[in-house]
Amino acid sequence: MTALIDRRMGIFLAGLFVLTVAIPLGNLAFTDRFVPSYVVSLFGKYLCYALLAVALDLVWGYCGILSLGHGAFFALGGYAMGMHLMREIGDRGVYGNPLLPDFMVFLNYDALPWYWLGFDMFWFACIMVLLAPGALAFVFGWFAFRSRVTGVYLSIITQAMTYALMLAFFRNEMGFGGNNGLTDFKDVLGFNLQSDATRAGLFVLSAIALAAGLLIAKAITNSKLGKVLIAVRDAESRTRFIGYRVEHYKLFVFVVSAMMAGVAGALYTPQVGIINPGEFSPANSIGIVIWVALGGRGTLVGAAMGAIIVGAAQTLLTGWFPEIWIFVLGALFIFVTIFMPQGVLGVIENTLRRRPAARDLTTAREAKA
Amino acid sequence: MSIQLALDGVNRSFDGFKAINNLSLTVEKGELRAVIGPNGAGKTTMMDIITGKTRPDTGDVLWNQHIDLTRLDEAGTARLGIGRKFQKPTVFETQSVEDNIALALKDDRSVWATLFHRRSDADTARITELLDLVKLTDARDAMAGDLSHGQKQWLEIGMLLAQDPELLLVDEPAAGMTDAETMRTAELLRGIAGKHTVVVVEHDMDFVRALNCRVTVLHQGHVLAEGSLDHVSANPQVIEVYLGR
Repeated sequence: MTALIDRRMGIFLAGLFVLTVAIPLGNLAFTDRFVPSYVVSLFGKYLCYALLAVALDLVWGYCGILSLGHGAFFALGGYAMGMHLMREIGDRGVYGNPLLPDFMVFLNYDALPWYWLGFDMFWFACIMVLLAPGALAFVFGWFAFRSRVTGVYLSIITQAMTYALMLAFFRNEMGFGGNNGLTDFKDVLGFNLQSDATRAGLFVLSAIALAAGLLIAKAITNSKLGKVLIAVRDAESRTRFIGYRVEHYKLFVFVVSAMMAGVAGALYTPQVGIINPGEFSPANSIGIVIWVALGGRGTLVGAAMGAIIVGAAQTLLTGWFPEIWIFVLGALFIFVTIFMPQGVLGVIENTLRRRPAARDLTTAREAKA
Repeated sequence: MSIQLALDGVNRSFDGFKAINNLSLTVEKGELRAVIGPNGAGKTTMMDIITGKTRPDTGDVLWNQHIDLTRLDEAGTARLGIGRKFQKPTVFETQSVEDNIALALKDDRSVWATLFHRRSDADTARITELLDLVKLTDARDAMAGDLSHGQKQWLEIGMLLAQDPELLLVDEPAAGMTDAETMRTAELLRGIAGKHTVVVVEHDMDFVRALNCRVTVLHQGHVLAEGSLDHVSANPQVIEVYLGR
């Protein structure tokens, strides 16, 4: 039984902890803003991306399910939280309707659609954050895995799933704000979303969620079930002939991963201040795969690093070269896949290992002689 | 002796080609049986049908005279007690030899049971015993992917035994083994027969002779002859389609 917190995980969690303590404390200590509030939210956003990347790594890195639709689970979590934030606006909207969000008044709704009921309660929204992506993953996975759809075909239908959802959410008739999505949030649980303290709080919550996600994923992959997942990834039919119902295992890990992605989306929405159908875009889901590949597939910590690196690079590059950043990002991805097949984490660990490893080999040779 | 496995009038075609043609075959409990036949005789398809990978078009496949195997999938037949070793050794390459055996150990295969599984001392002892039997004790912590071809064959046999199946279906176990290893494999299979039922598909005649058991000759999807190796070897039809070449 390997430890839940190995060296890799320990260093990452320690770094995350220092960051979470340093940023809010620094902001408290220095009145002239140690870290500007918008940067805090930006970091919080990266941490949500990191949790999303961990969720994808769990299914792709360990079970070989290359989902090109994980953005859909993230967006559903985001919408579930967004719906609560909309209800919390109450009568402070432009139209001052105590029950209906602005876009519904604008679209001449006379009552709240049934699926908006209950979202005024925070706990209900929190359950839906897990339940909506989890249920979609369960139904989708049930049919896909039972029919033994694998490999590139599975990737294509996950892509189709998120694309179909994007088109659906773009429609005003769906009742989710159409093109504009959900926005103009005021506060969450009574805390003003614009205040520095709330932003710092959401940042810390994101860090805690990321740490929890990493530990849950680690516990799963360390267990015997994790070994079955790797067995499925490497030799699916062998696993069946040993007596494991492969589809049940895939379904389990797919649903857990979708829920994790939903939590990431739910923390993302209040920090960004908007959730719209663009989050369902297939390009977003492909982006997640890039983060995981860049950081190091099948390492969990690497996936989280990849998301943070790409997120930070995106922010910096859009500032420095607004016109060509997308090409720079593309080049970075090609460079990493060709020259660093094990990702950034693989390169770092190999570099650190090289010297001590060489010494071990010499001592081993001496011992033999 | 009771009947472990019975195929009765089984047919299966692929795009008009009759891979299995009115095949009837019975194997008794504890028996060691060799199945030989030229390429395309339907040996692998027969195993696919028994293990639930392929459904027959017509015919019955009965387990212990009362369970219909054609209604089960691979995991279902495996849980019933049918273990299968592939022609090409397939092990979990990125996991250690020990974990390969541990994954195959007879145990509850449900998702929750594996998620909360803790390896008991009895499990560890059983793994040690099996690794010893297949001579992989020194490779316990090695990656299965780093083993030689012959060692992978042994590991797969070890995994098969770890499942503790009632029936072992073994597809060309001696492929890629040295002569000494081949003889040791034959000895091992003879040793486990009796306690388990063993069906071996093999091309290597020396190996089949070493098994010293009843032989079934398949040809074009049905049984051409059955009996001792000397008996079937003397059959003119068998000589014509298989041995004579």
